Amino acid sequence: MAIHFSKKPGLVVYFTAGDPDLATTREMALAAIDNGADVIELGVPFSDPLADGPVIQRASERAVARGTRLSDVLGICKEIRTARPEAGIILFSYLNPVVRFGMEAFAKAAKDAGADGVLLTDMIVEEAGEYLRVMHENGLMPVFLAAPTSPDARLKAIAENSQGFVYAISRVGITGTQTELASDAQGLVERIRKFTKLPVALGFGVSTAEHVKAVGEFADAAVVGSAIVALIEKTDAADAPRAVGEFVKSLCGGVLTA
Amino acid sequence: MGTTATMTRPAPGVLNSTPGRFGAYGGRYVPETLMAALLELDAAYAAAQADEAFHTELNGLLKDYVGRPTPLYFAKRLSETLGGAKIYLKREDLLHTGAHKINNALGQAMLARRMGKQRIIAETGAGQHGVATATVCALFGLECVVYMGEEDMRRQELNVFRMRLLGAEVRGVNSGSATLKDAINEAMRDWVTNVRTTFYILGSALGSHPYPTMVRDFHRVISKESKRQILEHEGRLPDAIVACVGGGSNAIGAFYEFIPDANVALIGVEAGGRGTALGEHAARFQKNGGGVPGVLQGTYSYVLQNEAGQVAATHSVSAGLDYASVGPEHAMLHDSGRATYTSATDDEALDAVRVLSRTEGIIPALETAHAIAEAIKMAPKMGKDKIIMVNVSGRGDKDIGIMTREMDLGGAASSR
Repeated sequence: MAIHFSKKPGLVVYFTAGDPDLATTREMALAAIDNGADVIELGVPFSDPLADGPVIQRASERAVARGTRLSDVLGICKEIRTARPEAGIILFSYLNPVVRFGMEAFAKAAKDAGADGVLLTDMIVEEAGEYLRVMHENGLMPVFLAAPTSPDARLKAIAENSQGFVYAISRVGITGTQTELASDAQGLVERIRKFTKLPVALGFGVSTAEHVKAVGEFADAAVVGSAIVALIEKTDAADAPRAVGEFVKSLCGGVLTA
Repeated sequence: MGTTATMTRPAPGVLNSTPGRFGAYGGRYVPETLMAALLELDAAYAAAQADEAFHTELNGLLKDYVGRPTPLYFAKRLSETLGGAKIYLKREDLLHTGAHKINNALGQAMLARRMGKQRIIAETGAGQHGVATATVCALFGLECVVYMGEEDMRRQELNVFRMRLLGAEVRGVNSGSATLKDAINEAMRDWVTNVRTTFYILGSALGSHPYPTMVRDFHRVISKESKRQILEHEGRLPDAIVACVGGGSNAIGAFYEFIPDANVALIGVEAGGRGTALGEHAARFQKNGGGVPGVLQGTYSYVLQNEAGQVAATHSVSAGLDYASVGPEHAMLHDSGRATYTSATDDEALDAVRVLSRTEGIIPALETAHAIAEAIKMAPKMGKDKIIMVNVSGRGDKDIGIMTREMDLGGAASSR
């Protein structure tokens, strides 16, 4: 278990945990891993996902309405870890559920559940002292977001405080699929590389095999989120693991032959 | 508590820890994409604060356009009716657009202009901040988009029309409970997307630094005036200041200059809604079924939430108080005991509307009526030599539709 990208680009796949239900999230994650995903981001659903577009908002709303809790997400994290010891797993959350759980208690529980790292959407480096301390004490990798609007001084702090990889946001805006990759994404990845040797994963709007392939030209990994969540939304729960596996395979397929 | 320390130290290698702390509360908890804009705003605000020309223009417009200073009015019949303390009303309801909100909207619009941002976005609950923002955008020729929960659009229909008349685009939000919190989420999503060209005029003392400080500073004029005025009227400071608290902008403006005056009680009044169970009110500081510290929409403060950290639904007859969190400076004042927070129910607020209307000929906004309700409870228990100052944050015209539905006047003449 570790964050390791076995091919170029590697693939990070996001799920809103608990949508359509926890067992299906687990099965879909396993299918994604088996079809080439290097890292699974397990999203903790939150009532107020202000960095997310309509697709992930709807998924969060469904998962919250089903009563999905952070402790439930830690539960399936452990099951996925047990079933796939080599896969990378990142817990992805807004701050409030973690603050309510207790930062220290969360870090211990995340470690016990076999998570490799944590990404908190609304945690910036300036506020992260205590968060980093508990991450380090528990051997968890903190992943910070880097934005096209971040000046170099911020990118440096973000890169120096991230472990595992740096998550570059391809464009300003919220999560969601789009038809073309943002033109300023490559510039951001190049700026991040001045400050770190860590892999750089690019997300937000990466939706197709063509996008993933294009990301591979300049970044180490692609993060696919809304496209997966949208697929889940329109697929029966029973068929979702197969559909996700196939989609993930198609995303990787475009790469392996390259 | 453990989370407090979590919220106060920067990562290694970061030069400046975040400013904008109110004790443990406040800070900046936003998607990274917004950080450059928040830092730019912080710098622009500091530069404006140090620029005499900015203050000269702001003060000129506050006087000639907005209508400052507002009177501090001795409510003689109300005081006599209640039979206790003397009640003074700080008349923010007399400002242009009908509420205190324009103090802040004007200040921020001037900042936007200084920063060269032509597109303005805002959220609104009761619609007063939206109207104030639409107004100053018309004044300065700026593009204006206002996000408003669809539930609030229904109950504050008049203000929706006013905003549109002023040239603003009102975008309905139907996620969550379709109220203020959801409007802020949507405004923040817009801001993240259009951050390079857009200025977000946030309407309460909420959100990430520098907003809570900046919004408070623009409303500080309320207590600067009222302090001078009460000394003119009475030759002494009041015993208590009462203000309603949604996000808390009128209250922090009404309290601020009196914080060092330990003998002046500061009393914030939250929305008690229709019950004490979670979901039935917006009383963040209520002891049982109230809020606990957490992070919502960029700041660390009290948040109404369930045990899993999901933000709770709220209820109030007044759209402007119907919010799950509260400004971080109020959280500090609450914890330190410097201010006291209580609540008034929907029914108490509606009663207070009737009382103030019939004793003084002043129809308050439903938000303001919560503060009046508290004064009605307090005054009879205090001696006639005591003084209560109530901040009348807005007028009630916008609420006539709700009042028509909620109040039975029986077609009768006034009983008082």
